[in-house]
Amino acid sequence: MLSFVAQRVVKGVIVLLAIVVLNFFLIRLAPGDPAVVMAGEAGASDQVFVQQLREKFGLDKPLPEQLFIYVKGIATLDLGFSFRQQAPVSKLILERLPATLLLTLTAFAISLALGVLFGTFAARFAGTFLDTAITIFALIFYAMPIFWVALMGILLFSVTVDWLPSFGYETVGANLTGLAHVVDVAKHLIMPAMTLGLFFMATYTRMTRASMLEVKRLDFVKTARAKGLSDGVIQRRHVLRNALLPVVTLAGVHAGTLIGGAVITETVFAWPGIGRLMYDALLQRDYNLLLGVFVTCSVMVLIFNLITDLVYRLVDPRIEFAA
Amino acid sequence: MSKRVLLGLLLACGLTASALAQEPKTGGVINAVIQPEPPGLMLAMVQNGPVQMVSGNIFEGLLRYSPKLEPQPELAESWTVSDDAKTYTFKLKKGVTWHDGKPFTAADVLFSIEMLKQTHARARANLVQVDKVEAPDDYTVVFTLKQPFGPFLGIFEVGSMPMVPKHLYEGTDWKTNPYNNAPVGTGPFMFKEWQKGSFIRMVKNPNYHEKGKPYLDEVYWQVIPDAAARSVAYETGKVDVLPGGSVENFDVPRLSKLKDTCVTGAGWEFFSPLAWLWLNNRQGPLADKRVRQAIMYAIDRDFAKDVIWNGLGKVATGPSASTIKYYSDDVPKYPYDPAKAKALLKEAGYKGEKIRILPLAYGETWQRWGEAVKQNLIDVGMNIETISTDVAGGNQKIGDWDYDIAFTYLYQYGDPALGVGRNYVSSAIAKGQVFNNVEGYSNPEIDKLFADGAVATPDSKRREIYEKAQKILVEDVPVAWMLELQFPTIMRCKVKNLITTGIGVNDGFKDAWLDK
Repeated sequence: MLSFVAQRVVKGVIVLLAIVVLNFFLIRLAPGDPAVVMAGEAGASDQVFVQQLREKFGLDKPLPEQLFIYVKGIATLDLGFSFRQQAPVSKLILERLPATLLLTLTAFAISLALGVLFGTFAARFAGTFLDTAITIFALIFYAMPIFWVALMGILLFSVTVDWLPSFGYETVGANLTGLAHVVDVAKHLIMPAMTLGLFFMATYTRMTRASMLEVKRLDFVKTARAKGLSDGVIQRRHVLRNALLPVVTLAGVHAGTLIGGAVITETVFAWPGIGRLMYDALLQRDYNLLLGVFVTCSVMVLIFNLITDLVYRLVDPRIEFAA
Repeated sequence: MSKRVLLGLLLACGLTASALAQEPKTGGVINAVIQPEPPGLMLAMVQNGPVQMVSGNIFEGLLRYSPKLEPQPELAESWTVSDDAKTYTFKLKKGVTWHDGKPFTAADVLFSIEMLKQTHARARANLVQVDKVEAPDDYTVVFTLKQPFGPFLGIFEVGSMPMVPKHLYEGTDWKTNPYNNAPVGTGPFMFKEWQKGSFIRMVKNPNYHEKGKPYLDEVYWQVIPDAAARSVAYETGKVDVLPGGSVENFDVPRLSKLKDTCVTGAGWEFFSPLAWLWLNNRQGPLADKRVRQAIMYAIDRDFAKDVIWNGLGKVATGPSASTIKYYSDDVPKYPYDPAKAKALLKEAGYKGEKIRILPLAYGETWQRWGEAVKQNLIDVGMNIETISTDVAGGNQKIGDWDYDIAFTYLYQYGDPALGVGRNYVSSAIAKGQVFNNVEGYSNPEIDKLFADGAVATPDSKRREIYEKAQKILVEDVPVAWMLELQFPTIMRCKVKNLITTGIGVNDGFKDAWLDK
């Protein structure tokens, strides 16, 4: 297993390098440069100003040199400096990481737990009213745009009944500590986490249901029944466990995108996470910051892909670690 | 006691009571919205809108300006102008300290000017007529100009010329100076905390040089990126102040009607945002003056004002907003007249060539305006294609002159020499830059008028020159002027004296107080 992991890590580094180079050129293909954006926002620009900004951003150097400087930085774990935000990129990302992880991991946990649960019920009672209800419910959340669900949530829970705060990570200026602070953050977390979670939950519900129905028809389930096992045991130990493989694959893909994947939710709920950092960096053509977020996300995808492979082995012992 | 005396006494009591009721109260916290989140707070290094709004509380300029744009003391307590209008002497206020306790002196002014010349494009342009700046003593600064410069007393507002602490910046790398992220100024509020993506917190400066001010204890600037969420934050009582432009215009009437809500359009006199369409004068049908005039006739600007901007603002008559100096409405008029537009297009020989229009990517209101203008132009027979970009992409296209029609709005800074000429004189044609003469209009007469207007004396002479310039420009239509924009500030009625100058919310909250 160790050699498997080592080989995957080496491959991962090569993939990461390819991603860095590709992203480097890709974002420079987009029209607009950071110097002009900043000059534009200042409401005034002249040759000196734009030139100064280009020098500041290192944009006056030839492209290959810029790439070389960047890759060299990455090799020493230096993600560069955001001149727009006047701070090292790694600091900006780390500042936002806790909020993002709190939101996305909560949403991920909610969606996976509820999704698998509802999917199992739907499959177990396939064709009944419960199945139809769960399917419709899942389809509705899958089909509704996240920003709309978010706004409707705000309208209902913040404006109409005033149960939950409509924006932010905590009550600003309240200076709460201890349990009161945890409760405050939790209250702020409910709506964004549910909004994000419901969408993914729908996917897991559908996936689990379909996969379980497929497994149910297989011979080993008939064998289990013939052995006289109870329905509950068959569903849990035989059907669900085998049906989980595609769900694990999907969860692995989702987990990799957790860091940058909540742009809309973070924007609507003013959640101070990385998704929004990335979105702002994109609008402002803050190249270093944007690349930094991309690199972080890519590393996360690689790590979660590796974890997914390891989890496969746990779920299905027949799978072997072949490099 | 006669009835008259009694009446007099009652009146006197009543007046005292009402004066007492208006006596500012000390204490309290204001939550205001800031959008978008500022990239930094060091006003000398970055000058975009949100930076000015937040940092206007931390930094100060030598002067501030009344709603009528008359200069008022700030860090300078008085000033004199020599008879030849070339020497300006400022007496600085004594007893002013930076937030770290060091005294503010003339040396800081001299340093700030040298720094701003390198880091602040607008300050650099404003200071171009300055020959030398000297400090004969710690509290006197003397500016000697190369020649008289009419708008000179109008360039000292905090956003245009913020004072920087020499002792913290001299000899350092300004770009990476740690005080860029924890700025130190002389203003009424001190920077306390910035949780990126959430809020910026400022606390009262206890040693502020105007005794008794500021009245508020703290100000929080909340970062809420979504326009609808900003409206809800106000509706649910989480924020008290929505500075102009914080919410989409279609939300303004609804929010204005909420209980205990006050709305004001004041505080934009200095900036006077004017919206227009850049028209690329260089190529295609728009090179013909008649086509540009047809565009003016084709667009229903009253509709834009009444429907898209909910009745806020004013239809523009020309290159100057009605709030700035030397404005004149004695110019050719362009009422909504599609028939005349069609006739002009026919006369110009327009044959349906494709014209690309670039809306401004500043949100829903601007998108809708883009659609309305497109429809107006299609109605008179023009072949219009909308090009969608984000702000960065749009700026690049405009700077590279790769457009036909593009939306914009710019500040005018109170004087045509500061905020109008830059868009029409041929010396301001420079590829790769935005906000200068990107339309490529070139008229030697206009060049001369703006050159003369900046240095002419007395005032009546300047007025004569600028009135003539306005007439010529409106006849030539180098760009299509749309509206004098108004960005209403929405706030709880308990917030008093928030806006007291022509610079509005950007001038800091030093006069504001809460009627609890």
